Amino acid sequence: MDLFEDIRRGRIRAVARAVSLIENVKPEAEPLVDRLYPHTGRSLVVGITGSPRAGKSTLVDRLITLERSRGGKVAVIAVDPSSPFSGGAILGDRLRMQTHATDPNVFIRSMASRGFLGGVSATTGDVIKVLDAAGYGTIFIETIGVGQTEVKIVELSDIVVLVLMPETGDEIQVMKAGVMEIGDIFVINKKDLPGADRLHAELEYALSFSNSAGREKGSEEGPAHPIEMTAAVHDHGVGRLHETLHAYAREITASGKLERKRRFRLERELLGALNRKVHELMDTHIEVSRQLPAWVDSLYRREARPYALINEQIQIFLKGEHA
Amino acid sequence: MLRILIAKPGLDGHDRGAKFIARSLRDQGYEVIYTGIRQTPEAIAQTAIQEDVDFVGLSLLSGAHKELFPRVVDLLKEAGGEDIIVFGGGIIPEEDIPFLKQRGVASVFGPGTTTKQIVEFLESSRSRD
Amino acid sequence: MLEELEKQKKMWEESTVEPLISRHPERRSEFVTGSDKSVERLYLPEDVAAEGYLDKQGFPGQYPYTRGVQPTMYRGRLWTMRQYAGFGSAEESNRRYRYLLEQGQTGLSVAFDLPTQIGFDSDNPLAEGEVGKVGVAIDTLEDMEILFHDIPLDRISTSMTINAPAAILLAMYIAVAELQGIGKDKLRGTIQNDILKEYVARGTYIFPPEPSMRLITDIFAYCSRELPHWNTISISGYHIREAGSDASQEVAFTLANGIEYVRAAIQAGLDVDRFAGRLSFFFNAHNDLLEEVAKFRAARRIWARIMKERFNATEDRSMMLRFHTQTGGSTLTAQQPDNNIVRVAVQALAAVLGGTQSLHTNSREEALALPAEESVRLALRTQQILAHESGITSTVDPLAGSYYVEALTDRIELEVWQYIDRIEALGGMIPSILKGYVQKQIQESSFRTQKDIENGERVVVGVNQFQVDEQKPQNLLRVDPEIRRIQVEKLTRVKHKRNASGVKKTLEALASAAAGEAAGGSGAADGNERVNLFAPILAAVKAYATIGEICDVLRQHFGEYRETIVL
Repeated sequence: MDLFEDIRRGRIRAVARAVSLIENVKPEAEPLVDRLYPHTGRSLVVGITGSPRAGKSTLVDRLITLERSRGGKVAVIAVDPSSPFSGGAILGDRLRMQTHATDPNVFIRSMASRGFLGGVSATTGDVIKVLDAAGYGTIFIETIGVGQTEVKIVELSDIVVLVLMPETGDEIQVMKAGVMEIGDIFVINKKDLPGADRLHAELEYALSFSNSAGREKGSEEGPAHPIEMTAAVHDHGVGRLHETLHAYAREITASGKLERKRRFRLERELLGALNRKVHELMDTHIEVSRQLPAWVDSLYRREARPYALINEQIQIFLKGEHA
Repeated sequence: MLRILIAKPGLDGHDRGAKFIARSLRDQGYEVIYTGIRQTPEAIAQTAIQEDVDFVGLSLLSGAHKELFPRVVDLLKEAGGEDIIVFGGGIIPEEDIPFLKQRGVASVFGPGTTTKQIVEFLESSRSRD
Repeated sequence: MLEELEKQKKMWEESTVEPLISRHPERRSEFVTGSDKSVERLYLPEDVAAEGYLDKQGFPGQYPYTRGVQPTMYRGRLWTMRQYAGFGSAEESNRRYRYLLEQGQTGLSVAFDLPTQIGFDSDNPLAEGEVGKVGVAIDTLEDMEILFHDIPLDRISTSMTINAPAAILLAMYIAVAELQGIGKDKLRGTIQNDILKEYVARGTYIFPPEPSMRLITDIFAYCSRELPHWNTISISGYHIREAGSDASQEVAFTLANGIEYVRAAIQAGLDVDRFAGRLSFFFNAHNDLLEEVAKFRAARRIWARIMKERFNATEDRSMMLRFHTQTGGSTLTAQQPDNNIVRVAVQALAAVLGGTQSLHTNSREEALALPAEESVRLALRTQQILAHESGITSTVDPLAGSYYVEALTDRIELEVWQYIDRIEALGGMIPSILKGYVQKQIQESSFRTQKDIENGERVVVGVNQFQVDEQKPQNLLRVDPEIRRIQVEKLTRVKHKRNASGVKKTLEALASAAAGEAAGGSGAADGNERVNLFAPILAAVKAYATIGEICDVLRQHFGEYRETIVL
């Protein structure tokens, strides 16, 4: 099958196969992404992140329904952690979205992190491009959870929705540096639980102090960060969240903030890919040279000096020669 | 990396075996997508296609396997997933196995099956990659 | 201490034994062993070991009921031999019931197919492949009439394993009885009606927890008025154990569910002593004989304390844990199925030594298919041999005083209280279920057990040790593949015959009742201004509304439950 054509036509099997090629870092993946690239840039990419039991999947399930009621195609990438011991994973987020399984305009794909720290997987960015080119107007990325390291979602999304819930010590989470910087829209889910109002108040307080510096260069004030209260399991508040989401999208489009975000995303992606490839090339260089044990040996015996050795190897690497 | 869909078709709600297999396979290093109970054959087939799995494992204890398992196989074919391998488990009488195999179910695992046996099956069947 | 014990024994005999014996004499005037040694009704500690005895063991038929809920137990009356059965069509099931009653079974136990249990008609696309497979297919009252054809409902007791649509099936049973000319007050039996365990162990739920609790308490209220001999709920641990829990968890989660039901009923305005006496339980009997016996004893003691101290019950009957037992299906193997006969015998022994009120024994081919007639008969014979040949029925709670059994009983009790406290701390059973706490405990235990079997730590004879090369059993029961077609034809005929506008009216009345308004006097208000749904359901059933039609009305108002917990 000609994957490119079939993807442009929105053939599900082709889209799914393409995602696999990218995930498995097959040689066909890069040329395919390049070929699809001119047809990307139209999807709204919404990152859904937050603590593990906050109800992200249920929220996404309800948002899918609302998206579909406006017409248009929706895609979801649901990321779950790979086991650090076995490398395997149980990908169970889609269980909460299965009512959409037979809707031909909904594409749900579960991805394992495969050891990648950052809350998503290393290849999520390219997967988004495939879905974008296939015509999915809104793409939800559901990530593993939020902690100090899981901030990659910011580099992948147009809008980040941070989902919190009462009673988990999220009040403390909220204060932690880094967390406040992540969210564009904040959701307090399971609002029927005690502590919801308190969490809302603390969140508001914390937001009033945070500045967006460091998120974008030369930032001016963007739109205020909305806080929505929902109880997704009971379908409370999700309609409002959905409206808020799209209103926010319209605002940042009009104000130019979205463009700035997307340029920022491209920059991060580019830097990331360049660095990653250099890293891979260096790894290959080292492996091919088969000198690593010898270097270690000479350093251990204090015969070699560290930076002399390192810089020498860099020079050899840059010249494309091998030791 | 092998991706396996574990699904429970029909109305049977006994998921102990399916959950055990899912967890065991994860511990063996596979990526397992688990759909939960009460899945229609249509939902299972569509899920398998979207997730581009290598295998679909169907767990059923209510006796509806002769109707539902072949249906999943047929729907997969229709959707372009004829290379996805379907296997089954649960309460399935030995005498029904030839029929199921003839309808495209690659293997049937009865009660007492070990994880090891399933892994052997998966590894010996892997075609892609 | 010995004097005190003597005194207490005399008091027990006067206040508890005598009144019972005068109404229900023991089966014999004297009980003897196989070698003609005389057997006392009850054995007591003879020395200082009596310390704590009154508090912890006590006397059978007296708080805390550790040793049994009746003072004479099987000396007065054997347990009910109640084999779960049902498959295919109502006609076939009716034949099997009449066969079992002829063979000496003393009560009926009805199994329904999955579409019926989940409130779908046989012609629903979701019923594809499932009609008549795990139980009998019931779509309308007509099927129920056929199911009980020539079976006198005033002379047998019937247990129905039905949960989410329990009100509908009970209403049908009442309607059939009426057609047989039998009044509601004569009906004896049980409906399982235990929705909470469905969410964690069995999966045949329809509606979310809150409206489901409403239906359950509506049934409690209706039956407390109209069906004085009907057990309105069978709070179940069987399925929880089958899902992989251990013995303590089985008891803990069952009793925690029980607490939730009692609380809900009280909140609905019912007086505890008016309904608690009709609560019954349903447990598993697994392989570890002595642990199982200890488990049952611990369960009785704990429930008695809960009813007395937490809910201030005053009637004896409200504090007694009466239960049905089924031998553990998940312990049976497909390999060397004859071994299962032995397993079932050991498990049945555990149930009887544990003081069960009624018992179902599994058949040898249970791991492969529904049982054939001869296999069911053998399972019944297993019970009959225990009852009449083994001698264990000649005295009450014979294992009491065994150091091991008493230690186990105490240990299980301790663990159960720990689980119950944890669940209370989480806010009760419903929050615990919604948060996944219960499911997680069950799954951990299940996973561990399975892993132990796989790596050989736990021996399963014939499976991971002592295997043979064997021929697979033949002549297994097959459900007629035409069953769905036949059932759909029947359904179409019923829909044709019935009064369509009558059905429509009853369904509309049900819808109003579900929404909270009393429609023109149908349904009595219970407790807090809510309309009791039982009467509108009964009216719909009599008009030959289908199960699917009735449940669809309720689905519209209550919504549907979807599982959210993964692994």
